[in-house]
Formats: sequence, structure tokens, C-alpha cells
Amino acid sequence: MPQKELDLFKAFRNPEHMKALAKLIKQESKTKIRLMEVCGGHTHTIMKYGIPQILPDTIEFVHGPGCPVCIMPKERIDHAYVLSQQPDVIMVTLGDMIKVPGSHGSLQDARSKGADVRFVYSPLDTLKIAKDNPEKKVIFFAIGFETTTPMTAALIDQVIKHDLKNIFFHINHVTVPEVMEVLLQSEECLIDAFIGPSHVSVITGSKIYDQFPKKYHKPVVVTGFEPIDVMEGILMIVRQVNEKRADLENQYKRSVSYEGNIVAQDLINKYFDQRELFKWRGLGNIPKSGLKLKDEFSYLDAEKIYDKVLPKEEINDHKLCICGDILKGVAKPTDCKVFGKACKPSSPIGSCMVSSEGACAAYYKYGGVL
Amino acid sequence: MKLITLAHGNGGEENNELIEGIFYKYLKNDYLKKSEDASLIEGGKLAFTTDSFTISPLFFSGGDIGKLSVCGTCNDLAMMGAKPKYVTLAMIIEEGFEVSVLDEIVKSIKKELEICGAVVVAGDTKVVPRGSVDRLFINTSGVGVMQLEGISASNLAVGDAIVVSRDIGTHGAAIYANREGIDITSTLKSDCASLWPMVEALKDARIKPKEMRDATRGGLAAVLNEWAKASNICIEIDEEKIPVCSEVKGICELLGFEPSALANEGTFVLALDPNDVDEAIKVLKTFSQNKMCSCIGKVTDEYTKKVVLSSEWGTKRFLDMPTGELLPRIC
Repeated sequence: MPQKELDLFKAFRNPEHMKALAKLIKQESKTKIRLMEVCGGHTHTIMKYGIPQILPDTIEFVHGPGCPVCIMPKERIDHAYVLSQQPDVIMVTLGDMIKVPGSHGSLQDARSKGADVRFVYSPLDTLKIAKDNPEKKVIFFAIGFETTTPMTAALIDQVIKHDLKNIFFHINHVTVPEVMEVLLQSEECLIDAFIGPSHVSVITGSKIYDQFPKKYHKPVVVTGFEPIDVMEGILMIVRQVNEKRADLENQYKRSVSYEGNIVAQDLINKYFDQRELFKWRGLGNIPKSGLKLKDEFSYLDAEKIYDKVLPKEEINDHKLCICGDILKGVAKPTDCKVFGKACKPSSPIGSCMVSSEGACAAYYKYGGVL
Repeated sequence: MKLITLAHGNGGEENNELIEGIFYKYLKNDYLKKSEDASLIEGGKLAFTTDSFTISPLFFSGGDIGKLSVCGTCNDLAMMGAKPKYVTLAMIIEEGFEVSVLDEIVKSIKKELEICGAVVVAGDTKVVPRGSVDRLFINTSGVGVMQLEGISASNLAVGDAIVVSRDIGTHGAAIYANREGIDITSTLKSDCASLWPMVEALKDARIKPKEMRDATRGGLAAVLNEWAKASNICIEIDEEKIPVCSEVKGICELLGFEPSALANEGTFVLALDPNDVDEAIKVLKTFSQNKMCSCIGKVTDEYTKKVVLSSEWGTKRFLDMPTGELLPRIC
């Protein structure tokens, strides 16, 4: 393909470098390492670029719970569905959230039945929707890890500054370190080391992973999303294991610092408090793993305003679904009885099949027999 | 499948479920069974097809709904090796639609028909109350006269080469970048174009493609998967050889899309005897938009009914039929 202009991708997908890194990993890797890539973005890279095919058998991936769409429990999606049915409501959310099925269906289904459901690429686009529809109540269904939380905070900031009366929030933001800790504390846990998330760490800084090497003696390497990044991150972990070290290292230095984006962190802290519990699809309740609006902003909180109509019952995960085991690393998507049969990206049963970043969806799309 | 969702119109898996589950249930016959871009009628002398068009915005970079409604139908005929000749034009217009805009659109239709060498032989207009359609929907049907024989999706055999006429995904990426809520500034133009002149040039150079298909909804990925199934073969593609311009690449990286799943409106894929490849590429490159025309892979029997992508570092993966509504990934 002719090169016309600066190519921002090619260097991070250079075949010679990929092969050289694969060779080094093969030469140096001696003991079995079960690596958890926490983030769905990494799962996507690993499967899309066929990375397991060029690694030695000593490296085994455990696909982590870092896909914000996948881990959203049905209870929360049902909230979104019910809110979309309320009079004069416009439901706004991010991208592929609208296809996740709850017990009544997905927001996409709600839309096909007449609800006004829209997706935005940037949460700030919600301002325009609210301005164009002054007679409507615009509810932003906020989801995502630390990566997207600052964007929701920025939207809240604008709503308060401009005293906008018709934007409300349903907050479902979750945080990474708490779920990593829960996985490590589980008895069946088989994780030896972590590939730390890229975008989350840009916001939080690598400091949020300090405890894992210190307290649990597990290496953590914060790694970028490109295939070269992932290969280099794996090599850094192999070297730590060989040298019997457990350190926090940063492969993704071009974007991630130890302290992170302080402005974004301040904005998050200004508007959000930790929830006592947040339920993760496939993993259950995890203490302090979710965020909520601070009490002083409860006049913006759709969860409080619509409290009377929102369902409260617990919903159990599907009996045949083994997403919880997949997320703990004790099973692979292909171990699941319904994988690729009853459970497909077009009709997902479990959390890991829901978004293209989920482990099962990535296996379905890219994996199979190859 | 209780309600129709947008995913049912995506040209991918859900779309096929709808066709199999509802339309084929009642209407399947020898013509439809072949699942070609157009059906051959009158003993194979004529090709016949239809297509409907709804797009927002009506005018986009590189085209408009009028040009699209001619290209879409005429390209389906061209892909069967038929020269587009007669076209019908039906319009469903929302009340309140500006006559000057309609004038622009019909002018654009005329211009594109001249490129294809076809004429409108019948038409229909319906005006519906506000809110019943999104401004303007167009349906066109077309009849073409067969010029190249034996083109079929079930023709592919081991050893055949796969060629794509130009860089892929520009229509899908340009439309997505233009849509409300996606704040991307781009100079990208849709590839919207009539393909008959290119097919005619291939014919004049005595090249006989075994199969051709324009990669519209569902993109390159859908075409290759349909061929692999129809011919019961495996298509192996070298990923780095798929031509993608850097703007489309960038938009895909930002939104989490695959260029191979994006729609095209003037890009086609050919299956050829490997001996014809160099000449075919030479002919196609005489059209200015086809500078990136390239051979991207070949037909094998390794994994039948599957499309396999190979990376430059020796890994392989399946390229699946696109599924679902195209939605940006969250992070």
C-alpha cells in the first residue's frame, strides 16, 4: 500500500518488530505465566492480531473483567430501559451500550418500540440534545471505567455552570483496582501477573496498581493497546518473573505517568463518591467498585428522581453461563456449553459476549479453530 | 426475532436471518435461491434488480441520494455483467419537502444515468404526511442486457485470485463522520460511483471475471463471506494488502470499526483467474479513483466456507460476517 502521509499506526504494528519480540519472549520464557489482561481493549488486540499464535505455550492469557459494557448487570440495564419508557424522556448513552440486553430487552429494542434513545460519541454532545429539546428530560446513562468518568464529570460541570434544568444522570461508573483485588482474593485465582489497562491508567496514573506488587507479589506492567505494546509488555513480565521480581512497570510511557491526569481526577472527586457495593455481571457485588453522584447533587440524579419506578429485584445470571469463571481465569470461553450456540454476539446470554471487547465475543469473532 | 431492529437492515448476519426467516419462507424460488446481486431472466439475456435508498444527510461528501439511487441499482446489474439499460424511479416524499432540493436530486439522477447509459422508463411519486418518512425515500429497479456470461458467486475455485477495485470503506466512514453527534472533521469523500464503465473496460480487454460484487452494506467482509459459503471454498486474505486510506483507518481506530465492515458505493471485489490479475489491475487503474486497486488474496480449500486473514507476522484469524448495528466502541 502506498504511503501518502504520516502513518500513526504502522510503527506499532511493524512485522519485523513483532517477530523480534516473539523470538525474545520464546527464548526467555521458562516458567508458565498466567497473565491477566484486565482491560477489554487488550483482549481485543490480543485476539485481533492473533498474539497467542506467536507466543510460547508458557504464556497463557486470562481475559479480565475490563469491558464496561460486559460487566453491567441486568438490573442496571433494566433501569435504563424503564427510564427510556418514562414520559418526555430522551435516553442518551455511549455507543454499544444500547445493544446490551436486560430482562425486558436492550435500549435498541426500546428504541424500536418507540422510545427516544440516542447514543453520543462524546458525553458533551448531550448538551446539544438538551438545548434542542427544552421540553424533554434528557437522561445520560453514564457507563465506563475511569477512562470515561471524567467526560461524565465534565458534562455535570457544564450542566451546573449553565444551570441547565433538563439533563439528569444515571451513574454506572466502575473502577479497576477493586475488581482486580477481588479476583486475587478468590480461592480459585490462577493469575500470576497483570497487563495493566492503557486508557484507564492515562487518567488514574499507574499509582493505582501499587498494592498488587507490594501486597500480593504480582507483577503489573501498564501496557499500550497496539500489538507491539502488548508484546513488549509481555516481555517485561517474563523478565520480572525470571528475575523473581514483582514490580509495577510502565510500558505505555508515551501516555501514562505515575500520577496520571490530576485535573481529571479532581473533577471526578468533585462530583462522585464511592458506592458501598456495585454488582458486576458475572462476578456479583464488589465493595467500593462503583461510583455515585455526591448527595449534594442528588437533584441531578435520575436514580433518586425516578426511584419509585425503578425496579429493585435482584436478577441472577443465566444458569448455563460461565462468565464468572472466565473472568476469574478458571475457564475459557470455549469451555462454555452455550458458547457460539445459544450465546452469540447477536443474542448474548452472558456478559462476555455482549461487547466486542468481551472475551467470548472476541473468541467468537476472531478465535474459533485458528 | 419479535421486532425489526436496525440490525436487521445491516447487510450482515441479522439481515440474512430476516431474509431466510420471512422472505424466503414464502417467496423462495429458483431466481431468489441464487442470492445474486441481480437475477438473470429471459433465458439469461437480461438482468433485473431493485434497491431502495434512505440516507441522512441527503447530500454528502462525494454524492447525494439521487446519484446513490442510480449507482446502487445499476451497479447490481453491472456486477452480473449486464449493461444497465432501463430504470424505474419511485419516490416517497415527506410533505413540506423543498422543491428546489428535489430539483437538485433529480438533476443528479440524470447525470448519473448518462454515465451508466441507462434511461428512466417508468416512475411513481407518493407524498406522505410529515413524519411518515425521513424527508425522501427512493426506490429504483433496473433491467440490464447481459454482456459478460457466467458470472456467479458459486463460481470460485481453488487458485482464483481476489482483487478489490480501490481503497475500501470511504462511503461508510464519510457518512459516519458526517452524522449528528460524531464530531469529526474530515475531507473524506464517499466512493459513490457507477461501476458499469469499469466492467465495460474489463470486457473490452477480454478479461472474464468469474465473479464480481460491489461491497455495499456489510462491506468487503460480507462479500467475501457470501462467496466462501456460495462456492464452498476458503478465501485467504493478506491483511496488509487490503487497501485502506489513512483517513478511513483513522476514523476506524477512533470509533472501533473495521474498514472491512464499512459500506462502499463504488468499490467492487473480483474473483479472477490468476493469469488475468495483472491486466485487470492495469485496466481498473486507468480510472482515477482506483489508484489503490490491488490483489488481496486467493481461494484455497483450507477452511471451507470461511474467510481467513493473515497478518504480516504469520498469525491467522477468521474474518466474520459483520453483525449488529454499527456502533462506536466505548473506550
